[in-house]
Amino acid sequence: MKALVWHGKNDVRVERVPDPAILNPRDVIVRITTSAICGSDLHLLDGYIPTMQSGDILGHEFMGEVVEVGPGHHKFQRGDRVVVPFTIACGNCYFCKRELWSCCDNSNPNAGMAEKLYGYTTSGLFGYSHLTGGYAGGQAQYARVPYADVGPLKIPDGIPDEKVLFLSDILPTGYMAAENCDITRGDTIAIWGCGPVGQMAIKSAWLLGAERVIAIDAVPERLRMARDVNRAETINYEEEDVFDTLKTMTGGRGPDACIDAVGLEVTLAERASDMVLPPATEGEQFVLIRGLAALGQRDVGGVVERAQHAGDVAQRRRRFASFLER
Amino acid sequence: MRATTINLSDTERLASAFGGALLAAYGLSQRSKSGAMIAAAGGALIVRGATGFCPGYAAAGIDTRRSDTKTALAGSRGTPVETAVTIAKSHDELYRFWRNLENLPTFMPHLVSVKDLGAKRSHWVAKAPGGRTVEWDAEIINDDVNELIGWRTLEGSDVVSAGSVRFKPNGTGETIVHVHLQYEPPAGKVGATIAWLLGYDPSQTIGEDLRRFKALTETGEVPTTEGQSRGAA
Repeated sequence: MKALVWHGKNDVRVERVPDPAILNPRDVIVRITTSAICGSDLHLLDGYIPTMQSGDILGHEFMGEVVEVGPGHHKFQRGDRVVVPFTIACGNCYFCKRELWSCCDNSNPNAGMAEKLYGYTTSGLFGYSHLTGGYAGGQAQYARVPYADVGPLKIPDGIPDEKVLFLSDILPTGYMAAENCDITRGDTIAIWGCGPVGQMAIKSAWLLGAERVIAIDAVPERLRMARDVNRAETINYEEEDVFDTLKTMTGGRGPDACIDAVGLEVTLAERASDMVLPPATEGEQFVLIRGLAALGQRDVGGVVERAQHAGDVAQRRRRFASFLER
Repeated sequence: MRATTINLSDTERLASAFGGALLAAYGLSQRSKSGAMIAAAGGALIVRGATGFCPGYAAAGIDTRRSDTKTALAGSRGTPVETAVTIAKSHDELYRFWRNLENLPTFMPHLVSVKDLGAKRSHWVAKAPGGRTVEWDAEIINDDVNELIGWRTLEGSDVVSAGSVRFKPNGTGETIVHVHLQYEPPAGKVGATIAWLLGYDPSQTIGEDLRRFKALTETGEVPTTEGQSRGAA
Protein backbone atom coordinates (compact mmCIF):
# COMPACT_ATOMS: atom_id res chain seq x y z
CA MET A 1 0.00 0.00 0.00
CA LYS A 2 0.95 3.66 -0.06
CA ALA A 3 1.47 5.54 3.20
CA LEU A 4 2.84 8.83 4.49
CA VAL A 5 6.16 7.98 6.14
CA TRP A 6 8.10 10.15 8.61
CA HIS A 7 11.85 10.32 8.08
CA GLY A 8 12.86 13.30 10.16
CA LYS A 9 12.17 16.91 10.87
CA ASN A 10 10.40 18.42 7.85
CA ASP A 11 10.89 15.19 5.93
CA VAL A 12 7.78 13.10 5.25
CA ARG A 13 7.22 11.10 2.06
CA VAL A 14 4.46 9.05 0.45
CA GLU A 15 5.98 5.61 -0.04
CA ARG A 16 5.12 2.01 -0.82
CA VAL A 17 5.11 -0.03 2.40
CA PRO A 18 3.89 -3.55 3.26
CA ASP A 19 0.14 -3.95 3.81
CA PRO A 20 -0.88 -4.24 7.47
CA ALA A 21 -1.73 -7.65 8.92
CA ILE A 22 -3.79 -8.85 11.86
CA LEU A 23 -1.34 -9.22 14.76
CA ASN A 24 -3.65 -9.76 17.73
CA PRO A 25 -7.03 -11.51 18.06
CA ARG A 26 -9.12 -8.37 18.56
CA ASP A 27 -7.57 -6.44 15.61
CA VAL A 28 -9.35 -5.41 12.44
CA ILE A 29 -7.87 -4.06 9.22
CA VAL A 30 -9.56 -0.96 7.79
CA ARG A 31 -9.37 0.17 4.16
CA ILE A 32 -9.12 3.90 4.66
CA THR A 33 -11.59 6.01 2.71
CA THR A 34 -10.86 9.40 4.29
CA SER A 35 -8.03 10.63 6.50
CA ALA A 36 -7.29 14.04 7.97
CA ILE A 37 -4.13 15.93 8.80
CA CYS A 38 -4.24 17.08 12.42
CA GLY A 39 -2.72 20.26 13.74
CA SER A 40 -0.76 18.03 16.08
CA ASP A 41 0.86 16.32 13.07
CA LEU A 42 2.76 19.59 12.79
CA HIS A 43 4.49 18.81 16.09
CA LEU A 44 5.83 15.64 14.46
CA LEU A 45 6.80 17.46 11.30
CA ASP A 46 8.49 20.20 13.33
CA GLY A 47 10.40 17.64 15.39
CA TYR A 48 8.85 18.59 18.75
CA ILE A 49 7.77 15.07 19.71
CA PRO A 50 10.51 12.73 20.93
CA THR A 51 10.84 9.02 20.05
CA MET A 52 9.80 9.30 16.41
CA GLN A 53 11.68 6.85 14.18
CA SER A 54 12.45 7.04 10.51
CA GLY A 55 9.91 4.78 8.80
CA ASP A 56 6.97 5.58 11.10
CA ILE A 57 3.61 5.87 9.33
CA LEU A 58 1.71 9.03 10.34
CA GLY A 59 -1.97 9.81 10.75
CA HIS A 60 -4.44 9.49 13.60
CA GLU A 61 -7.71 10.86 12.20
CA PHE A 62 -9.11 8.32 9.79
CA MET A 63 -12.12 6.25 8.81
CA GLY A 64 -12.85 3.51 6.38
CA GLU A 65 -14.27 0.11 5.65
CA VAL A 66 -13.50 -3.01 7.67
CA VAL A 67 -11.85 -5.49 5.32
CA GLU A 68 -10.48 -8.10 7.72
CA VAL A 69 -11.27 -9.10 11.29
CA GLY A 70 -9.12 -10.95 13.82
CA PRO A 71 -10.18 -14.32 15.27
CA GLY A 72 -11.10 -12.73 18.61
CA HIS A 73 -13.04 -9.82 17.15
CA HIS A 74 -16.83 -10.15 17.32
CA LYS A 75 -18.22 -6.66 16.75
CA PHE A 76 -17.70 -5.51 13.18
CA GLN A 77 -18.00 -7.38 9.93
CA ARG A 78 -16.34 -6.92 6.60
CA GLY A 79 -17.94 -4.00 4.83
CA ASP A 80 -18.84 -2.06 7.99
CA ARG A 81 -17.94 1.64 7.83
CA VAL A 82 -16.16 2.91 10.93
CA VAL A 83 -14.63 6.09 12.29
CA VAL A 84 -11.51 5.25 14.27
CA PRO A 85 -10.65 7.44 17.30
CA PHE A 86 -6.98 8.34 17.70
CA THR A 87 -6.82 6.76 21.15
CA ILE A 88 -6.47 2.97 21.34
CA ALA A 89 -8.40 1.62 24.34
CA CYS A 90 -8.64 -1.97 25.59
CA GLY A 91 -12.06 -1.63 27.22
CA ASN A 92 -11.09 -3.87 30.16
CA CYS A 93 -8.73 -1.92 32.40
CA TYR A 94 -9.47 0.28 35.41
CA PHE A 95 -9.47 3.43 33.25
CA CYS A 96 -11.53 2.06 30.36
CA LYS A 97 -14.15 0.82 32.82
CA ARG A 98 -14.47 4.45 33.94
CA GLU A 99 -14.65 5.65 30.32
CA LEU A 100 -11.24 7.34 30.63
CA TRP A 101 -10.20 5.72 27.37
CA SER A 102 -7.15 7.92 26.73
CA CYS A 103 -5.69 6.74 30.05
CA CYS A 104 -5.98 3.03 29.09
CA ASP A 105 -2.95 1.39 30.65
CA ASN A 106 -2.97 -1.78 28.56
CA SER A 107 -2.80 -0.53 24.97
CA ASN A 108 0.64 1.08 24.89
CA PRO A 109 3.33 -1.58 24.34
CA ASN A 110 5.93 1.04 25.31
CA ALA A 111 4.19 2.03 28.54
CA GLY A 112 7.46 1.64 30.45
CA MET A 113 9.06 4.32 28.31
CA ALA A 114 6.13 6.69 28.85
CA GLU A 115 6.16 6.07 32.60
CA LYS A 116 9.81 7.06 32.81
CA LEU A 117 8.99 10.39 31.22
CA TYR A 118 5.54 11.21 32.61
CA GLY A 119 5.09 8.95 35.62
CA TYR A 120 2.13 7.24 33.93
CA THR A 121 1.41 6.14 30.42
CA THR A 122 -1.26 7.39 28.07
CA SER A 123 -3.20 4.93 25.95
CA GLY A 124 -1.62 3.83 22.71
CA LEU A 125 -2.14 6.34 19.87
CA PHE A 126 -2.03 5.91 16.11
CA GLY A 127 0.94 7.40 14.30
CA TYR A 128 2.21 9.45 17.20
CA SER A 129 5.72 8.42 18.27
CA HIS A 130 6.99 5.34 20.06
CA LEU A 131 6.28 6.87 23.42
CA THR A 132 2.59 6.31 22.67
CA GLY A 133 3.12 2.82 21.31
CA GLY A 134 4.63 3.33 17.87
CA TYR A 135 1.42 2.21 16.18
CA ALA A 136 1.35 2.70 12.41
CA GLY A 137 -1.04 5.52 11.53
CA GLY A 138 -3.89 6.17 9.14
CA GLN A 139 -2.48 8.49 6.51
CA ALA A 140 -2.27 5.34 4.46
CA GLN A 141 -4.46 3.12 2.33
CA TYR A 142 -4.95 0.56 5.10
CA ALA A 143 -4.47 0.48 8.85
CA ARG A 144 -4.46 -2.16 11.56
CA VAL A 145 -6.80 -1.19 14.41
CA PRO A 146 -6.07 -2.96 17.74
CA TYR A 147 -8.85 -3.57 20.29
CA ALA A 148 -11.20 -2.63 17.46
CA ASP A 149 -14.31 -3.69 19.39
CA VAL A 150 -13.84 -0.73 21.78
CA GLY A 151 -13.00 2.54 20.03
CA PRO A 152 -14.29 2.56 16.45
CA LEU A 153 -17.79 3.87 15.83
CA LYS A 154 -19.99 2.27 13.18
CA ILE A 155 -21.35 4.76 10.65
CA PRO A 156 -24.66 4.06 8.95
CA ASP A 157 -24.72 4.10 5.16
CA GLY A 158 -25.92 7.34 3.67
CA ILE A 159 -23.83 9.65 5.86
CA PRO A 160 -20.87 10.94 3.83
CA ASP A 161 -17.34 10.61 5.25
CA GLU A 162 -16.79 14.35 5.64
CA LYS A 163 -19.75 14.62 8.03
CA VAL A 164 -18.32 12.12 10.50
CA LEU A 165 -14.54 12.01 9.92
CA PHE A 166 -13.89 14.68 12.55
CA LEU A 167 -15.30 12.40 15.25
CA SER A 168 -11.86 10.76 15.17
CA ASP A 169 -10.25 13.62 17.13
CA ILE A 170 -10.76 17.25 16.22
CA LEU A 171 -14.47 17.62 16.94
CA PRO A 172 -14.45 15.88 20.33
CA THR A 173 -11.34 17.90 21.21
CA GLY A 174 -13.16 21.19 20.63
CA TYR A 175 -16.32 19.80 22.17
CA MET A 176 -14.45 18.76 25.29
CA ALA A 177 -13.04 22.27 25.67
CA ALA A 178 -16.56 23.69 25.46
CA GLU A 179 -17.92 21.08 27.83
CA ASN A 180 -15.23 21.99 30.37
CA CYS A 181 -16.70 25.51 30.39
CA ASP A 182 -19.85 24.22 32.12
CA ILE A 183 -21.90 26.48 29.89
CA THR A 184 -25.23 27.66 31.20
CA ARG A 185 -27.80 29.82 29.44
CA GLY A 186 -26.63 33.37 28.93
CA ASP A 187 -22.91 32.56 29.07
CA THR A 188 -20.33 34.34 26.95
CA ILE A 189 -17.44 32.14 25.85
CA ALA A 190 -14.14 33.54 24.54
CA ILE A 191 -12.00 31.29 22.37
CA TRP A 192 -8.34 31.99 21.61
CA GLY A 193 -7.34 30.51 18.26
CA CYS A 194 -9.59 29.97 15.24
CA GLY A 195 -7.82 26.95 13.78
CA PRO A 196 -9.71 23.67 13.42
CA VAL A 197 -9.97 23.03 17.18
CA GLY A 198 -11.10 26.61 17.76
CA GLN A 199 -13.78 26.35 15.06
CA MET A 200 -15.05 23.11 16.57
CA ALA A 201 -15.03 24.73 19.99
CA ILE A 202 -17.16 27.58 18.64
CA LYS A 203 -19.71 25.16 17.19
CA SER A 204 -19.71 23.14 20.41
CA ALA A 205 -20.18 26.23 22.59
CA TRP A 206 -23.31 27.08 20.59
CA LEU A 207 -24.49 23.49 20.85
CA LEU A 208 -24.11 23.58 24.64
CA GLY A 209 -26.19 26.73 24.95
CA ALA A 210 -23.79 29.68 24.89
CA GLU A 211 -25.42 33.07 24.45
CA ARG A 212 -22.37 34.70 22.83
CA VAL A 213 -19.14 33.30 21.43
CA ILE A 214 -16.16 35.60 20.89
CA ALA A 215 -13.30 34.22 18.79
CA ILE A 216 -9.76 35.66 18.79
CA ASP A 217 -7.13 35.28 16.07
CA ALA A 218 -5.15 37.34 13.58
CA VAL A 219 -5.40 35.20 10.42
CA PRO A 220 -8.05 36.85 8.21
CA GLU A 221 -9.53 33.68 6.68
CA ARG A 222 -9.78 32.01 10.08
CA LEU A 223 -11.53 35.03 11.55
CA ARG A 224 -13.81 35.10 8.51
CA MET A 225 -14.76 31.45 9.00
CA ALA A 226 -15.38 32.01 12.71
CA ARG A 227 -17.62 34.95 11.84
CA ASP A 228 -19.37 33.90 8.64
CA VAL A 229 -19.64 30.15 9.00
CA ASN A 230 -19.77 29.72 12.75
CA ARG A 231 -21.50 33.00 13.74
CA ALA A 232 -18.94 34.06 16.35
CA GLU A 233 -18.07 37.67 17.15
CA THR A 234 -14.39 38.17 16.46
CA ILE A 235 -11.39 40.09 17.75
CA ASN A 236 -8.24 40.52 15.65
CA TYR A 237 -5.53 40.67 18.28
CA GLU A 238 -3.19 42.52 15.96
CA GLU A 239 -5.70 45.33 15.62
CA GLU A 240 -7.25 45.48 19.06
CA ASP A 241 -6.20 44.98 22.66
CA VAL A 242 -7.88 41.69 23.52
CA PHE A 243 -8.30 42.32 27.24
CA ASP A 244 -9.83 45.78 26.85
CA THR A 245 -12.00 44.80 23.90
CA LEU A 246 -13.35 41.71 25.68
CA LYS A 247 -14.21 43.82 28.71
CA THR A 248 -15.96 46.44 26.65
CA MET A 249 -17.86 43.83 24.64
CA THR A 250 -19.12 42.22 27.83
CA GLY A 251 -20.12 45.38 29.64
CA GLY A 252 -17.03 45.42 31.82
CA ARG A 253 -17.53 41.92 33.19
CA GLY A 254 -15.46 39.73 30.87
CA PRO A 255 -16.35 36.34 29.41
CA ASP A 256 -17.83 33.61 31.62
CA ALA A 257 -15.31 31.07 30.36
CA CYS A 258 -12.28 31.01 28.06
CA ILE A 259 -10.87 28.32 25.78
CA ASP A 260 -7.22 28.15 24.71
CA ALA A 261 -7.22 26.57 21.26
CA VAL A 262 -3.76 27.76 20.26
CA GLY A 263 -1.09 25.41 18.97
CA LEU A 264 1.80 23.96 20.95
CA GLU A 265 4.60 25.64 19.00
CA VAL A 266 3.05 29.09 19.33
CA THR A 267 2.36 28.60 23.01
CA LEU A 268 5.91 27.41 23.68
CA ALA A 269 7.47 30.24 21.74
CA GLU A 270 5.34 32.80 23.59
CA ARG A 271 6.10 31.28 26.98
CA ALA A 272 9.77 31.39 26.06
CA SER A 273 9.71 35.04 25.11
CA ASP A 274 7.59 35.82 28.19
CA MET A 275 10.19 34.29 30.44
CA VAL A 276 12.74 36.84 29.42
CA LEU A 277 11.59 39.90 31.29
CA PRO A 278 11.40 42.89 29.00
CA PRO A 279 13.32 44.39 27.45
CA ALA A 280 14.77 41.15 26.16
CA THR A 281 17.10 41.11 23.24
CA GLU A 282 16.31 38.87 20.32
CA GLY A 283 19.36 36.84 21.24
CA GLU A 284 18.08 36.16 24.74
CA GLN A 285 14.71 35.06 23.41
CA PHE A 286 16.40 32.77 20.93
CA VAL A 287 18.44 31.11 23.66
CA LEU A 288 15.33 30.46 25.73
CA ILE A 289 13.34 29.16 22.80
CA ARG A 290 16.18 26.81 21.93
CA GLY A 291 16.37 25.77 25.57
CA LEU A 292 12.68 24.99 25.73
CA ALA A 293 12.84 23.10 22.46
CA ALA A 294 15.68 21.01 23.86
CA LEU A 295 13.71 20.42 27.03
CA GLY A 296 10.79 19.47 24.81
CA GLN A 297 12.71 16.31 24.17
CA ARG A 298 12.14 15.48 27.83
CA ASP A 299 10.27 17.84 30.08
CA VAL A 300 8.15 20.49 28.46
CA GLY A 301 7.01 18.10 25.75
CA GLY A 302 5.96 15.74 28.48
CA VAL A 303 4.04 18.36 30.36
CA VAL A 304 2.20 19.50 27.27
CA GLU A 305 1.56 15.98 26.09
CA ARG A 306 0.22 14.94 29.47
CA ALA A 307 -2.03 17.96 29.63
CA GLN A 308 -3.38 17.20 26.20
CA HIS A 309 -4.42 13.73 27.22
CA ALA A 310 -5.30 14.35 30.84
CA GLY A 311 -8.91 14.74 29.95
CA ASP A 312 -10.54 12.28 27.73
CA VAL A 313 -11.38 13.07 24.18
CA ALA A 314 -12.88 9.75 23.23
CA GLN A 315 -15.34 10.01 26.09
CA ARG A 316 -16.62 13.26 24.63
CA ARG A 317 -16.78 11.67 21.21
CA ARG A 318 -19.26 9.17 22.59
CA ARG A 319 -21.33 11.82 24.29
CA PHE A 320 -21.19 13.91 21.19
CA ALA A 321 -22.40 10.98 19.15
CA SER A 322 -25.68 11.24 21.06
CA PHE A 323 -26.26 14.60 19.37
CA LEU A 324 -25.94 12.93 15.99
CA GLU A 325 -28.75 10.59 16.83
CA ARG A 326 -31.15 13.43 17.56
CA MET B 1 33.04 17.71 30.97
CA ARG B 2 29.57 16.33 31.69
CA ALA B 3 30.92 13.95 34.28
CA THR B 4 32.59 16.66 36.31
CA THR B 5 29.89 19.33 36.15
CA ILE B 6 26.73 17.28 36.77
CA ASN B 7 25.90 16.89 40.45
CA LEU B 8 22.16 16.14 40.26
CA SER B 9 20.39 12.82 39.86
CA ASP B 10 18.12 12.29 36.83
CA THR B 11 15.10 12.36 39.11
CA GLU B 12 16.11 15.62 40.70
CA ARG B 13 16.90 17.14 37.31
CA LEU B 14 13.44 16.27 36.02
CA ALA B 15 11.80 17.57 39.19
CA SER B 16 13.83 20.74 39.01
CA ALA B 17 12.96 21.48 35.40
CA PHE B 18 9.31 20.56 35.85
CA GLY B 19 8.91 22.53 39.08
CA GLY B 20 10.75 25.45 37.50
CA ALA B 21 8.36 25.48 34.56
CA LEU B 22 5.37 25.48 36.92
CA LEU B 23 6.84 28.29 39.03
CA ALA B 24 7.66 30.34 35.96
CA ALA B 25 4.16 29.90 34.55
CA TYR B 26 2.61 30.85 37.90
CA GLY B 27 4.92 33.82 38.32
CA LEU B 28 4.15 35.15 34.88
CA SER B 29 0.42 34.78 35.45
CA GLN B 30 0.66 37.17 38.42
CA ARG B 31 1.60 40.14 36.25
CA SER B 32 3.39 41.79 39.17
CA LYS B 33 6.86 42.49 40.48
CA SER B 34 6.74 39.59 42.96
CA GLY B 35 5.35 37.41 40.16
CA ALA B 36 8.35 38.35 38.06
CA MET B 37 10.67 37.28 40.87
CA ILE B 38 8.89 33.93 41.16
CA ALA B 39 9.19 33.52 37.41
CA ALA B 40 12.89 34.28 37.56
CA ALA B 41 13.36 31.67 40.29
CA GLY B 42 11.46 29.21 38.10
CA GLY B 43 13.80 30.03 35.23
CA ALA B 44 16.82 29.28 37.43
CA LEU B 45 15.33 25.90 38.35
CA ILE B 46 14.79 25.10 34.67
CA VAL B 47 18.45 25.87 33.98
CA ARG B 48 19.45 23.72 36.97
CA GLY B 49 17.42 20.81 35.58
CA ALA B 50 18.66 21.28 32.02
CA THR B 51 22.34 21.42 32.96
CA GLY B 52 22.20 18.97 35.86
CA PHE B 53 24.38 21.33 37.85
CA CYS B 54 23.39 23.03 41.10
CA PRO B 55 25.86 25.72 42.27
CA GLY B 56 24.42 25.60 45.80
CA TYR B 57 25.00 21.86 46.04
CA ALA B 58 28.47 22.29 44.59
CA ALA B 59 29.33 24.80 47.32
CA ALA B 60 28.01 22.43 49.99
CA GLY B 61 29.75 19.41 48.45
CA ILE B 62 26.48 17.59 47.76
CA ASP B 63 26.11 15.19 44.84
CA THR B 64 22.67 13.58 44.64
CA ARG B 65 23.65 11.24 41.85
CA ARG B 66 24.93 8.73 44.38
CA SER B 67 21.48 8.21 45.85
CA ASP B 68 19.88 7.17 42.52
CA THR B 69 17.84 4.01 43.03
CA LYS B 70 18.73 3.03 39.49
CA THR B 71 22.43 3.20 40.29
CA ALA B 72 22.03 1.30 43.55
CA LEU B 73 20.14 -1.53 41.79
CA ALA B 74 22.47 -1.76 38.81
CA GLY B 75 24.56 -4.84 38.20
CA SER B 76 23.78 -8.35 39.30
CA ARG B 77 24.30 -8.21 43.00
CA GLY B 78 21.44 -10.46 43.97
CA THR B 79 19.43 -7.53 45.16
CA PRO B 80 15.90 -8.53 46.09
CA VAL B 81 13.39 -7.29 43.57
CA GLU B 82 9.83 -6.38 44.50
CA THR B 83 7.09 -5.08 42.30
CA ALA B 84 3.30 -4.97 42.31
CA VAL B 85 0.43 -4.36 39.92
CA THR B 86 -3.34 -4.17 40.32
CA ILE B 87 -5.30 -6.27 37.86
CA ALA B 88 -9.03 -6.10 37.18
CA LYS B 89 -9.53 -9.85 37.58
CA SER B 90 -10.34 -12.04 40.55
CA HIS B 91 -7.47 -13.49 42.56
CA ASP B 92 -8.49 -17.09 41.91
CA GLU B 93 -8.45 -16.59 38.11
CA LEU B 94 -5.01 -14.99 38.28
CA TYR B 95 -3.69 -17.65 40.63
CA ARG B 96 -4.92 -20.41 38.31
CA PHE B 97 -3.30 -18.78 35.26
CA TRP B 98 0.05 -18.38 37.01
CA ARG B 99 -0.04 -21.79 38.73
CA ASN B 100 -0.15 -23.36 35.31
CA LEU B 101 3.55 -22.57 34.96
CA GLU B 102 3.52 -23.48 31.28
CA ASN B 103 1.57 -20.21 30.75
CA LEU B 104 4.47 -18.07 31.96
CA PRO B 105 6.30 -17.73 28.60
CA THR B 106 3.18 -16.04 27.15
CA PHE B 107 4.00 -12.93 29.16
CA MET B 108 7.67 -13.50 30.02
CA PRO B 109 9.28 -13.27 26.58
CA HIS B 110 12.77 -14.20 27.79
CA LEU B 111 11.44 -17.67 28.66
CA VAL B 112 11.44 -20.23 25.87
CA SER B 113 9.40 -22.78 27.81
CA VAL B 114 8.42 -24.04 31.23
CA LYS B 115 7.56 -27.71 31.59
CA ASP B 116 5.60 -29.00 34.57
CA LEU B 117 7.34 -32.19 35.70
CA GLY B 118 4.72 -32.99 38.35
CA ALA B 119 5.29 -33.22 42.09
CA LYS B 120 5.66 -29.39 42.14
CA ARG B 121 8.80 -29.61 40.03
CA SER B 122 9.34 -27.82 36.72
CA HIS B 123 11.98 -27.44 34.04
CA TRP B 124 12.73 -23.97 32.70
CA VAL B 125 14.41 -22.91 29.43
CA ALA B 126 15.33 -19.27 28.91
CA LYS B 127 17.00 -17.32 26.11
CA ALA B 128 20.68 -16.52 26.56
CA PRO B 129 23.07 -14.34 24.57
CA GLY B 130 24.26 -15.57 21.18
CA GLY B 131 21.07 -17.48 20.42
CA ARG B 132 21.83 -19.99 23.19
CA THR B 133 19.60 -21.08 26.02
CA VAL B 134 20.05 -21.58 29.72
CA GLU B 135 18.06 -24.25 31.60
CA TRP B 136 17.26 -25.03 35.19
CA ASP B 137 14.90 -26.99 37.41
CA ALA B 138 12.74 -25.40 40.05
CA GLU B 139 10.29 -26.50 42.69
CA ILE B 140 7.27 -24.88 44.25
CA ILE B 141 7.92 -24.57 47.96
CA ASN B 142 4.73 -22.69 48.90
CA ASP B 143 1.36 -23.17 47.30
CA ASP B 144 -1.54 -21.47 49.07
CA VAL B 145 -4.40 -21.97 46.64
CA ASN B 146 -5.66 -18.63 45.21
CA GLU B 147 -3.24 -16.66 47.38
CA LEU B 148 0.45 -17.38 47.00
CA ILE B 149 2.97 -19.35 44.97
CA GLY B 150 6.57 -19.55 46.18
CA TRP B 151 9.42 -21.26 44.33
CA ARG B 152 13.14 -21.80 44.27
CA THR B 153 15.61 -23.29 41.86
CA LEU B 154 16.90 -26.79 42.63
CA GLU B 155 20.44 -27.48 43.74
CA GLY B 156 22.89 -27.83 40.89
CA SER B 157 21.06 -25.35 38.66
CA ASP B 158 22.95 -22.78 36.62
CA VAL B 159 20.53 -20.19 37.92
CA VAL B 160 20.03 -19.70 41.63
CA SER B 161 16.90 -17.84 42.60
CA ALA B 162 13.87 -17.89 44.83
CA GLY B 163 10.68 -15.92 44.64
CA SER B 164 7.03 -15.62 45.35
CA VAL B 165 3.92 -14.16 43.80
CA ARG B 166 1.03 -13.13 46.03
CA PHE B 167 -2.55 -12.55 44.86
CA LYS B 168 -4.50 -10.30 47.19
CA PRO B 169 -8.06 -9.08 46.54
CA ASN B 170 -8.31 -5.29 46.92
CA GLY B 171 -11.94 -5.36 47.95
CA THR B 172 -13.41 -4.05 44.71
CA GLY B 173 -13.12 -7.19 42.61
CA GLU B 174 -9.55 -6.47 41.54
CA THR B 175 -6.37 -8.17 42.67
CA ILE B 176 -3.04 -6.79 43.80
CA VAL B 177 -0.32 -9.02 42.38
CA HIS B 178 2.90 -8.70 44.32
CA VAL B 179 6.11 -10.34 43.11
CA HIS B 180 9.19 -10.80 45.24
CA LEU B 181 12.39 -12.23 43.77
CA GLN B 182 15.78 -12.96 45.20
CA TYR B 183 18.69 -13.77 42.92
CA GLU B 184 22.09 -15.05 43.85
CA PRO B 185 24.01 -14.99 40.64
CA PRO B 186 27.25 -16.94 40.66
CA ALA B 187 30.29 -15.30 39.16
CA GLY B 188 31.49 -15.66 35.61
CA LYS B 189 29.54 -16.80 32.58
CA VAL B 190 26.31 -17.57 34.34
CA GLY B 191 26.43 -14.37 36.33
CA ALA B 192 26.64 -12.49 33.08
CA THR B 193 23.81 -14.55 31.64
CA ILE B 194 21.57 -13.67 34.51
CA ALA B 195 22.46 -10.01 34.25
CA TRP B 196 21.47 -10.20 30.60
CA LEU B 197 18.32 -12.15 31.34
CA LEU B 198 17.24 -9.54 33.82
CA GLY B 199 18.37 -6.63 31.74
CA TYR B 200 20.14 -3.64 33.21
CA ASP B 201 17.48 -3.09 35.82
CA PRO B 202 15.95 -6.29 37.28
CA SER B 203 12.91 -4.56 38.71
CA GLN B 204 12.17 -3.18 35.27
CA THR B 205 12.17 -6.58 33.57
CA ILE B 206 9.90 -8.07 36.22
CA GLY B 207 7.76 -4.95 35.98
CA GLU B 208 7.42 -5.38 32.22
CA ASP B 209 6.52 -9.06 32.71
CA LEU B 210 3.81 -8.07 35.18
CA ARG B 211 2.54 -5.40 32.80
CA ARG B 212 2.17 -8.05 30.09
CA PHE B 213 0.51 -10.39 32.61
CA LYS B 214 -2.03 -7.65 33.36
CA ALA B 215 -2.75 -6.93 29.68
CA LEU B 216 -3.02 -10.62 28.84
CA THR B 217 -5.36 -11.50 31.69
CA GLU B 218 -7.49 -8.35 31.36
CA THR B 219 -7.76 -8.12 27.57
CA GLY B 220 -6.88 -11.59 26.33
CA GLU B 221 -3.85 -10.37 24.42
CA VAL B 222 -0.51 -8.63 24.87
CA PRO B 223 -0.37 -5.33 22.96
CA THR B 224 2.20 -5.34 20.20
CA THR B 225 3.35 -3.60 17.07
CA GLU B 226 5.81 -6.33 16.14
CA GLY B 227 5.28 -7.21 12.49
CA GLN B 228 3.21 -4.13 11.64
CA SER B 229 3.71 -2.27 8.37
CA ARG B 230 6.25 0.53 8.33
CA GLY B 231 8.42 2.39 5.88
CA ALA B 232 12.09 1.74 5.33
CA ALA B 233 14.26 3.61 7.81
